[in-house]
Amino acid sequence: MTGPGPSPGLLDRRLLFVTGKGGVGKTSVASALGMLAAQHGKRTLVCQVDAKGDLSDFFGVGPLAFTPTDVRAGLSAMSMDTEESLKEYLRLQLKVPLLSRIGPLARTFDFIATAAPGVKEILTVGKLTWEVRENHYDLVVVDASATGHVVGQLGSPVAINDLVKVGLVRNQTDWMIDILTDPARTGVVVVTMPEEMPVSETLELIERLEDETDIDVASVIVNRVLPELFGRGEETIFDRLCEPDARELLGAEVGSGVEAVLAGAQLAVSLRRSRVPHLERLRDGLPDGLPVLYLPFLFSRSHGVRATAQIAESLGEELGF
Amino acid sequence: MARRRHQPAPVEGLEQLCAAKEVLVSTGSGGVGKTTTAAAVGATAAAQMGIKVLVLTVDPARRLANALGMERFGNVETRVPHEAFVAAGADPQGELWAAMLDTKQSWDDLIRLHAPDAATRDAILANPLYQNITGKFVQSHDYVAMERLYEIHTSGRYDLIVVDTPPTRNAVDFLDAPERMADFFSSKLLRWLIAPYSSRVVGFASKPFYSVADRILGTQFLEDIAEFFMLFQTMYDGFVERARAVTELMGSNQTSFLVVSTLEVAPAREAEYFLELLSARRHHVGALVLNKVLPEVLLDRDGTRSAKALAKRSPELADALTGGLGLDADVRHVSHVLGEIGDRYLDYQVVAAREAEQRKELSEVPDLVLSVPYFTDDIHSLERLLNLGEQLW
Repeated sequence: MTGPGPSPGLLDRRLLFVTGKGGVGKTSVASALGMLAAQHGKRTLVCQVDAKGDLSDFFGVGPLAFTPTDVRAGLSAMSMDTEESLKEYLRLQLKVPLLSRIGPLARTFDFIATAAPGVKEILTVGKLTWEVRENHYDLVVVDASATGHVVGQLGSPVAINDLVKVGLVRNQTDWMIDILTDPARTGVVVVTMPEEMPVSETLELIERLEDETDIDVASVIVNRVLPELFGRGEETIFDRLCEPDARELLGAEVGSGVEAVLAGAQLAVSLRRSRVPHLERLRDGLPDGLPVLYLPFLFSRSHGVRATAQIAESLGEELGF
Repeated sequence: MARRRHQPAPVEGLEQLCAAKEVLVSTGSGGVGKTTTAAAVGATAAAQMGIKVLVLTVDPARRLANALGMERFGNVETRVPHEAFVAAGADPQGELWAAMLDTKQSWDDLIRLHAPDAATRDAILANPLYQNITGKFVQSHDYVAMERLYEIHTSGRYDLIVVDTPPTRNAVDFLDAPERMADFFSSKLLRWLIAPYSSRVVGFASKPFYSVADRILGTQFLEDIAEFFMLFQTMYDGFVERARAVTELMGSNQTSFLVVSTLEVAPAREAEYFLELLSARRHHVGALVLNKVLPEVLLDRDGTRSAKALAKRSPELADALTGGLGLDADVRHVSHVLGEIGDRYLDYQVVAAREAEQRKELSEVPDLVLSVPYFTDDIHSLERLLNLGEQLW
């Protein structure tokens, strides 16, 4: 966890890795975080690490590339491409003069990346930390790998340090590790939702991050929290309304569709209720002091930029903006 | 609609599918209930059809393992005890076996089985890169899952094998894994790269590459890699042969795919993509299984009207009801309850309508579309698994 002093505000960090179990809405939260930061005047980059990701849909733009695209004021988005990252690295860092001399890079790259452990990971993490180091952006939000692989990704500079004893890569990993392990600059955001597997994976991931890396967990974001329908004591009223005489009375007032409406309400109540134990297990299992943010389930038709804006708004409220 | 090579008659039910096929591959994006679906299909096939079934899963939740009557899955195939079925109220005609894919363990087994001699075997197992490569690479999960499937299928130990695929974002990686591995071992590139280290003579053509690679990674490291792949070369023929065989099995009429999804936006898009891809490659899509489907009652048109009336007239209705039913409650609370019921119905209807649309689009390709209602809890008992299986049957 963080060292002495309070943790910096989520958006005051420089590099946020957003991860979570598949299907919890990792990408939508990452794009909303980016949008919110940009709205608050931060030059922001959102980067999708998974090439097959759909980040562009969340900003309502066309396909993204390694070179960042401006998606709105102060907000850029890019898609990680490790081969491009390698080329950039060779050009900028090693000052390799004639790229053509390296030979058929595309073909050799695949081999190296597959054969040498952590190469793809380091090229990803290296590019992201580089953007931070060079101050190209105030905040870099990473739509990172899912829980299963993110520890390996974040731990890659250290792993490479252990494996590669000499060479230029070795010199490079030091500053990456500096940025990654500084809680004032880097944090992991774990997205989850109140269901069994996502909660279990979240707790496991946070434990692994703490055991296996020195990277700070900045926040847990619980996505798709279903609304509580009734206040204190109101559930008894609802139960009473579900009884035959009440149904009849209601039907006479608002039509026969009331049966469907009551069935729907019962479903809504039981769905909400079924989530409660998972939320409790999550809260009980998380380290003390780790901020938890809640985002409501979006009952919306849209799932593009409009939905991203709605999530950004909810996030802003949760963060006290 | 895509043309299919096998199965001239449409698949009418899961039982027919389980009877006709030897391998069912459960695919879909993360979090859609792929593992649970595979387990439910396997358990139900064993219980109802009197056949010997193996569920080969990747990373089951502990409670799912418990549901199958086991503390924990192991890499070894284990029979789900007959008593577990009896306790779940079933009288199984067949046998259910389960195994988990432990990537590292499976790789070690593979090396032990196929290494040409003890020295090569030990050298590979001791290679510092071996553990890294076999343990950490997603591709290596995919590949070894295929190897394992192939080994089990050719052993003839089971009538039906239900495979849960690794949680890759891209299900195609799974299908392509054997071929990619074979390509990799047969590539000229690999030989070219290994050559200087085996002959200790750096070829003229490859010199610039090595000097750069050495500067980046360090010579020792490249030598370690080279040693590792030279050792692997000795098993080259076996890899290529098995890769071809398992690719053939995937495309044969013994194999069918279950595409599992929910109707949420992202998983549905993934499922759509995968359905198209399987058709294009002429794989057999046995069924589309849709999990967490919201009930049709949410799409009721009369319901919409009543919900709107409730939301709009809640204060006035609350007055009438409180009196009419003799409710012992504050009228404002009654009003809130009524308004909330109406509003939430309309909220859920928006989602249900979007999902119905999505379902229609997805249903165009497969013969068989099966829906599983939204369970409010996860499935942790064999009884519930069998229950789910029966709904799919």
